[in-house]
Amino acid sequence: MDQSAEKILVKGNEAIAMAAIDSNCLLYFGYPITPQNDIPEYLSKHLPPLGGEFIQAESEIASINLLLGASATGKRAMTSSSSPGISLMQEGISYMAGSELPAVIVNISRSGPGLGGISPSQGDYFQATRGGGHGDYRVIVLAPSTVQEMYDLTCLAFDLADKYRNPAMILGDALLGQMKEPLIRKKPPSLPLPPKDWALTGAKGRKPNRIKSLYLQEGELTEHNWKLYQKYERMKKEEVRFECVGCEEADLVIVAFGSMARVAKTVVELAREEGMKVGLFRPITLFPYPEKPLYELSRRVKRFLTVELNTGQMVEDVKLSVDREAEVYFYGKPPGALPTPEEVFEEVKKSMG
Amino acid sequence: MEFVFKRPESLIDVPFHFCPGCHHGIAHRLVAEAIDYFKIREKTIGVASVGCSVFMYDYFDIDVLEAPHGRASAVASGVKRALKDRIVFTYQGDGDLGAIGIAEGIHTANRGEPITLIFANNGIYGMTGGQMAPTTLLGQKTTTSPYGRDFTYDGYPIRMAEMMATLEGSAFVARVAVNNPANLMKAKKAVRKAFQMQIEGIGFSFVEFLLACPTNWGLSPLEANRRVEEEMIPYFPLGIFKERKMADYL
Repeated sequence: MDQSAEKILVKGNEAIAMAAIDSNCLLYFGYPITPQNDIPEYLSKHLPPLGGEFIQAESEIASINLLLGASATGKRAMTSSSSPGISLMQEGISYMAGSELPAVIVNISRSGPGLGGISPSQGDYFQATRGGGHGDYRVIVLAPSTVQEMYDLTCLAFDLADKYRNPAMILGDALLGQMKEPLIRKKPPSLPLPPKDWALTGAKGRKPNRIKSLYLQEGELTEHNWKLYQKYERMKKEEVRFECVGCEEADLVIVAFGSMARVAKTVVELAREEGMKVGLFRPITLFPYPEKPLYELSRRVKRFLTVELNTGQMVEDVKLSVDREAEVYFYGKPPGALPTPEEVFEEVKKSMG
Repeated sequence: MEFVFKRPESLIDVPFHFCPGCHHGIAHRLVAEAIDYFKIREKTIGVASVGCSVFMYDYFDIDVLEAPHGRASAVASGVKRALKDRIVFTYQGDGDLGAIGIAEGIHTANRGEPITLIFANNGIYGMTGGQMAPTTLLGQKTTTSPYGRDFTYDGYPIRMAEMMATLEGSAFVARVAVNNPANLMKAKKAVRKAFQMQIEGIGFSFVEFLLACPTNWGLSPLEANRRVEEEMIPYFPLGIFKERKMADYL
């Protein structure tokens, strides 16, 4: 582990793999799928010498269940995949949420539906933020927009997963996974974490631990669902993260996450050059969504332009968050190519009237 | 007075929920006896599957993890990779292992994961109310094969033990029954052997139990017991299909 502050040039996918190792995650299970293969390739090379375990599973279904088993022992574990593979994992993610098992799941998303394509997309926003599988649950979703954030947020994801006993997801995309940027490989300080007294290690000197998601006794499941709900509410209070660029003086604020936020940052600059007061609100946690900060902002700013690499998903959360008097515009592009800053800037001009 | 027969320590002192004449309780007991025999209760982690066997955590006095339907062997592999010095076993029904989880079961064996799979084959879906299983015999009537299983529609009953034995990754594969004392004693030995293979690090072990399900077969416990002998064993022969002496590799 390199803890020096030296800058290295790495792919977003590699940054995630490095963050896993630096977060003391030595158990990885995955199945190859483009565009995230750098993660299993890196870890297959670097985990065994560290005494870790790497399994190339027979499917994403097996991967997520290997992850479920490993995380039940209290050890840190991770899997990564891309959209179609993440769909296959939804059953396991639901079980992990129901069984309150912490682990990190990386989605370097590609475009769908179906086999779709391998270009960047934000079409998995609903799947990621609404639970994704069956039942009433949520996973913590972090959306990096730089290679440095791919690293930093993966480190954070492990802590948040452990803090809440809940799966945490990194939602990147083909662009973020494949591009190279400078990275300072220095693990951020850890959060204070509760002991894992629930872990299955063999019932030595204690009563047996049981980890399950089946509750058939009258009232048990209701109670369990309320307990999970309270946990999600606590996340909303304590874990919301976002970035604001020039929002203070803005007449219009662009809302975008991940790779679209990169384009939006350039748009903010273009607008400023022309004397237009445009800001950027970038949610970093997609669940919990930064509802309150966005609402606070909307008490002053009355125009929002949501920009997404899909035909409109996060825009629903923006509409749910902002003040009723605020206007919410949307510019979306189905997967294929990212819109250019100029293209988005035209939309900004239209929205500003 | 001296006890000559008692409940294994690894079993909790509660009545099983299993139907009268069901063989699951006997198979549970044999697993618990093996855990007691090797004194591994405090280092064993069980993985429950979905089906009548899901309530394993109510009966075994050990750490238990509940797996999604069919995924027990992948889950158990994850546990074992994280804690290599623990003893890990699954207890899976025929729907769990032979249908929805066949890929996970085969690849777990093929990777030679040093865990133990206990496979409960009663040829029917017990918990969901008697539907056709991958191991349902030809001609057997179930709620979803009301005219009897016909291979032109439903294919053939799968012989899991034989299939597992063909994989280079498996170290010990046996099929047993508990329908009479002689078979039960062989079953006890096979389960013990399976755990021994894991304890000694020889490799993946698999024990298939032929179990009676009187309720869903529509038979009395005695008739169901006879059916194991007369109909199941002829198609699913008992025996040890593979037994490696050491952790050997090609």
